[in-house]
Amino acid sequence: MTLMDDRTSGNHVGRSLRRKEDPRLITGQATYVDDINITGLLHAAIVRSPEAHAKILSIDASAAMARDDVHAVYTGEDMADLLAPLPMAWAPDGVEVHNPEHWPLARGEVKHVGDPVAIVLGTDRYAVIDAAEDVLVEYEPLPVVTDIEQALEPGHALVHEQFGTNEVHKWSLGGGDMEAGFAAADVIIERRVVNHRVSGAPIEPRGVLADYKAGAITVHTSTQVPHFVRLFMGLMLGISEERVRIIAPEVGGGFGAKLQVTGEEMLCAWASRKTRKPVKWIETRSEHMATCHHGRDQIATVRLGAKRDGTLTAMHADIVADMGAYLMLLTPTIPSLGAFVMGGVYKIPAITTDITGVFTNKCATDAIRGAGRPEATHMVEVCMDQLADELGMDRLELRRKNFIPKEAFPYETALGIVYDSGDYHAALDLLMEKLDLPALEREKEELAAKGIRRGIGFSTYTEICGLAPSRVTGPAGFGLQTGLWESAIVRVTVTGAVTVYTGTSPHGQGHETTMAQVVADKLGVDPQNVEIMHGDTGTGAMGLGTYGSRTTAVGTESVARASDKVVEKAKAIVAHALEAAPEDIELRDGKFSVQGSPDKGMTLAEVSGMAHVRPELLPEGMAPGLDETSFYDPNNFVFPFGAHACVVDVEEDTGKVKVVRYVAIDDCGPAINPTIIDGQVHGGIAQAIGQALYEHVMYDEDGQLVTGTFVDYALPTAAELPSFETDRTETPSPVNSLGVKGIGEAGTIAASPAVLNAVVDALRPLGVTYLNMPLSSESVWNAITEGSRA
Amino acid sequence: MIPAEFDYVAPDTLQEAIAARTAGGEDAKFLAGGHSLLPLMKLRLAAPTLLVDLRKVPGLSGVTRENGHWRIGAMTRHAVLQDSHELGAISTVAAGIADQQIRNRGTIGGSLAHGDPASDLTTAFLAYEGTLTATGPDGPREVAATEFFQDYLTTALAEDEVITEVRMPRLEGYGYGYEKFTRRAEDWAMVGVVALVKQADDGTCEDVRIAMTNMGSTPLRARAAEDALRGRPLDAGSIAEAAGHAADGTDPPADRNASEAYKRHLAQVMTRRALTSATK
Ligand SMILES: Cc1cc2nc3c(=O)[nH]c(=O)nc-3n(C[C@H](O)[C@H](O)[C@H](O)COP(=O)(O)OP(=O)(O)OC[C@H]3O[C@@H](n4cnc5c(N)ncnc54)[C@H](O)[C@@H]3O)c2cc1C
Repeated sequence: MTLMDDRTSGNHVGRSLRRKEDPRLITGQATYVDDINITGLLHAAIVRSPEAHAKILSIDASAAMARDDVHAVYTGEDMADLLAPLPMAWAPDGVEVHNPEHWPLARGEVKHVGDPVAIVLGTDRYAVIDAAEDVLVEYEPLPVVTDIEQALEPGHALVHEQFGTNEVHKWSLGGGDMEAGFAAADVIIERRVVNHRVSGAPIEPRGVLADYKAGAITVHTSTQVPHFVRLFMGLMLGISEERVRIIAPEVGGGFGAKLQVTGEEMLCAWASRKTRKPVKWIETRSEHMATCHHGRDQIATVRLGAKRDGTLTAMHADIVADMGAYLMLLTPTIPSLGAFVMGGVYKIPAITTDITGVFTNKCATDAIRGAGRPEATHMVEVCMDQLADELGMDRLELRRKNFIPKEAFPYETALGIVYDSGDYHAALDLLMEKLDLPALEREKEELAAKGIRRGIGFSTYTEICGLAPSRVTGPAGFGLQTGLWESAIVRVTVTGAVTVYTGTSPHGQGHETTMAQVVADKLGVDPQNVEIMHGDTGTGAMGLGTYGSRTTAVGTESVARASDKVVEKAKAIVAHALEAAPEDIELRDGKFSVQGSPDKGMTLAEVSGMAHVRPELLPEGMAPGLDETSFYDPNNFVFPFGAHACVVDVEEDTGKVKVVRYVAIDDCGPAINPTIIDGQVHGGIAQAIGQALYEHVMYDEDGQLVTGTFVDYALPTAAELPSFETDRTETPSPVNSLGVKGIGEAGTIAASPAVLNAVVDALRPLGVTYLNMPLSSESVWNAITEGSRA
Repeated sequence: MIPAEFDYVAPDTLQEAIAARTAGGEDAKFLAGGHSLLPLMKLRLAAPTLLVDLRKVPGLSGVTRENGHWRIGAMTRHAVLQDSHELGAISTVAAGIADQQIRNRGTIGGSLAHGDPASDLTTAFLAYEGTLTATGPDGPREVAATEFFQDYLTTALAEDEVITEVRMPRLEGYGYGYEKFTRRAEDWAMVGVVALVKQADDGTCEDVRIAMTNMGSTPLRARAAEDALRGRPLDAGSIAEAAGHAADGTDPPADRNASEAYKRHLAQVMTRRALTSATK
C-alpha cells in the first residue's frame, strides 16, 4: 500500500491520500475490546428487565450461583458504595431539569425494557449468559408510559412518581420580534413534523474490559469519549483520577452511540474492584438495540411565516422530545443543539424554538449522528417546500430569495448565533449544474407512462459543529458543565519521527490520515512517519473526544498549533546553528534553511537530533527536546453548509420508493483529504436515507421493543442506495487557522428532508403535502390511494 | 445472540442420523444450513438439546434430471439452485432469497422442513406440485406438496423424519414469473408470487399455477385467480382480471411491514406482474 506520489513536497493537505488506518482494519489486524484478554478475567452477563415499568419485588440468584463457572451475582443493593449516580452534564442557569438518579443496576424499580437488574460474573462467557437466565426476578408491573403527548396530560401514569409529572424540562431559544414577524406575514403555514426514534447501530456493539489492580483501574472500552469516562469513573467509584486509565482501543463505529458514560462501564469497573479480577462485558446486538441510547424522537409543531413575495418573516418550532426513562450524559441538550440552527440558511428576523422534554418508559435518547440538527433541518426544509407550494412559488427561488448572502458573513442570526462563513448560492448553483433538472423532468413523463412517479427533492442546509467554544457552551452560556476544548502534543523523536497525541478519539473517520497530512505539511515530513495516538487517557494529551464534528475543526486545529510551536523552536535552533535570524528561516522541501540560500539547511531529523543529542549546541537557555503541547478553545462554532438533491421513483401500484440519484454539494472549508470527506458524506447520507425510508426503533403500547434485531430494524444496504454524486465548494472558516469545518454529520443533517421532499414532489399532483418518516411502501401507497380518491 | 447449551453430532450415514435424532428425544433437531434454526437458537426462541448435523450424510445434495422431474437433494444449497439456470423458476426463486451468504448456507430441505410461509422455495414447491421423500426409522415415504404444509411452521414431517430429496416436475412448455416484494433487497417477502403458465396453441391459457408467499399460515395457491385465467386468452385484460382474484379467500396476518389490506393489494399486483412475465 503506497501513498500518492511526491510524498514530502510539503503538499499533502488537499490530496486524497489513502487512509493510514485501512491496512490494519481491512486485514484483521485491528484490536477491538473483545480481542483483548487478561489472564484470570471474569465474563459478565447482565440480567435485564423484560418489563417496561415495574417494581422489583425480589431477586433470587441461587440457581445462577449454583452453576459451575459462576463466580458471583450482584444486584443494585450490592452497589450502595457508589459515590454518585451516572452523570448528566447539563445544568443551565434558571432551567429546572428533573433528573432522576440513574444507577448502573436498578434500585427498586425498572423503568424500561433492558434496564439492568443484576450482573453475573463467571469464568466462561456461555456459562454466565445461561446463568443470567437463571436469575429469578419477581416484578410487579406498573403502568407504562410510551406516548409523549399523552404523557403530558394531567393524571397520566408517571415514569418517575417523585416529580409528579412526566415533563423533564422546558427550554427556549429565541430572538427577534415574533409577534411582529408573524403579523407581517401574508402566509403562515403550520406543520406537525414527526422525527422518529433511530439507533446508531455501529457494527461493533459496546464492550468493556475493566482491570482493577493495586489501587488503580485500567478500562478498555469501546467509546468515543475516554476522558469523560475517566472523569466520571473516578467520581463514581471514588478513585483519584490519576489512578483511572481509560483506553479506547480500535472502536468499530460510534455514530454517537458511544458518546456516553455508560452504566456498563461503571458496572464492570466496580465488579473488577469488588472481585479483584478483570471483568469483561461484550454487548450483544440484541442488547445494543434495546439498551444503548437511541436518537431523535421528537414531535414538532412548526410555523413559518412569509410575505407574498416569499420573504420569510418568522419561524416558530414547538418541540416535544422523548427523553426516555433516564437522562444520560447529554439527553436533554440534544433538541437544543437543533435550536441553534433553527431557520437554517435563511434570513429570518424572528425565530423561536420551545422544547419540552418528556419521560417515557423507553431507553434514553441522546446524541446520534447529527444530534438535534437533522431534526431542525428536517423541520426547516420540509416547511420551505410546503411554503413554496402555498405561495405558488418555485421552491428553489424561494430558497434563493431568503439565503443569507455571502457578503453578510460573519452573520448574526436572530438567535444571536454568528454563522462564520458561507456561500449558499454557490453551493446551490453547483448542485443544479450537476443535477440537470430539465433532463430529469423530461424523464418524468416517460416514467409516468409506466406507472412510476418521479420526484425531485432539495435540501439546502447549514449546521453547527466544532463543539465547542466554552464561552458559548459552558456554564455561563448554554449550561454544559465544561467547555469543549482540545489539546495536542506534537513530539519529534531523535530520528525525526513524529508522534502526535490528540485528546480526540477517532473511531473510523480517518483522522490518523488527515491529522498526519496537516502535520506533515507543517513539519516538512512524510505523513507515513507521523503517527497519531489517541484514545488513551494514560498517554498523551487531554481532550474531550470525538463527536459533534469537532475532531478536525477543534482537534486538528490544536494539533496544527502544537506543530507551529515545534516549527518555531526548530527555526530558532536552525537560526542559531546557521548564524541567522529566526525570522529568516524558512521550511522548504523538507529543509529549514535561510531564505535565499536553500543549499545550506537542516532537516527536521537533524534539528531534532541536535535538540536531543547535542543540547549544548542549542541557543543559550533553550531546553532540550522538540516536543510541544497546545490547548485550544475555539472562539466560535463552525457552520458547514451545502445543497443536496434527491431523485426518487415511486411505484404507483405499490408505493415503493427507490432513490435513483443523490447529488450532494457540501462545503466544509478547504478539503484536507477529498476522499475521506466523500466517505463521510456517503455514510452520512446513507444514514439519513436509512431514517427516511427504513429505520425505525419501535415500541408497542406495553413498552416492549419490537425492532430488536436487524431483521426488524432495517439498515439500508448498498442495494438500496444509488451511487452518490458528490462535489464541494470550499469557503474557509475564519474561526480556525486551517479554515476547516466538520463534515462527519453534515450528510445526515442534510439528507432526510431531501428524500421526503422528493417523495412529496412525486405525489404532489395527488394533493400530498407531507408524510411522516419512515416512508414505508405501505404509507406511500396509502397516500397515493387517498390522493387519487380525493 | 448466544444460544443455550446443546450437544452436537454429525453422523456419517442417514440411518445413524435418524437413530441419533430418535435417541435425542423431542428436544433434538436436525441441522442443515442452520440459517433458520441457529437464529432462533441465538434469540433463545428455540433451545434444542441436541443438533444432528446432516452435512456428512452422503448423497443428500445435487440436482439431477430424471423422467420429467428434477431431483434435488435435500442438502442442496440455495446458491447451487441459483446457479442451475436450467431449473427455470426454481433457480430464479432461489436467487431471490436473502443475501449471498445465506444462499451459500441455506438448503432446500431445511427451507421446506422449516415450513415458514414467508420463505420462497416453499412457494415454488407448492406451485410445481412437487413431492418429497421423507425417511424415518421405518423407511422412506413420499409426500406431495399439496399435503405437506399444514400450519404456521408445521408440516407433515414427523419429528424423526429426514427430507432426503425433493422432486419437481419439469413442466416443459410452461412460462414462469416470480415476483417478490420486499422492503430492502435482502428482506423476507412481504408478499411473493410464483406463476407458471402453459399457453395453448390458440393463445389461451391451457394451465396456470399461482402460489403465494406470506399470505397465510402456509404458502397458498391462488385458486380463484387460476380459475379465472384457465381457458381464457392470455392478454393484459384477462391477466389483470385474474390477478384481481389473487387474494380471494386469504386471511393474511398483518405484520410490521404490511397490514392485511396492503398484503391483499400486493398479492394482486405481484400476481399480475408474475403472470405477465410468465406469458411473455
Ligand atoms: C437474515 C436471514 C434472511 C432470510 N431470508 C430468507 C428469505 O428471504 N427467503 C427464504 O426463503 N428464506 C430466508 N431465510 C432462511 C434461509 O433460506 C434458511 O436457510 C432456510 O429457510 C432453512 O434452511 P437451512 O438449511 O438453513 O435449515 P436449518 O436452519 O438448518 O433448519 C431449519 C429447520 O429444518 C429442519 N431441517 C433441516 N433440514 C432438514 C431435513 N433435510 N430434513 C428434516 N428436517 C430438516 C431443522 O431441524 C430445522 O428445524 C433467511 C435467513 C436469514 C438468517
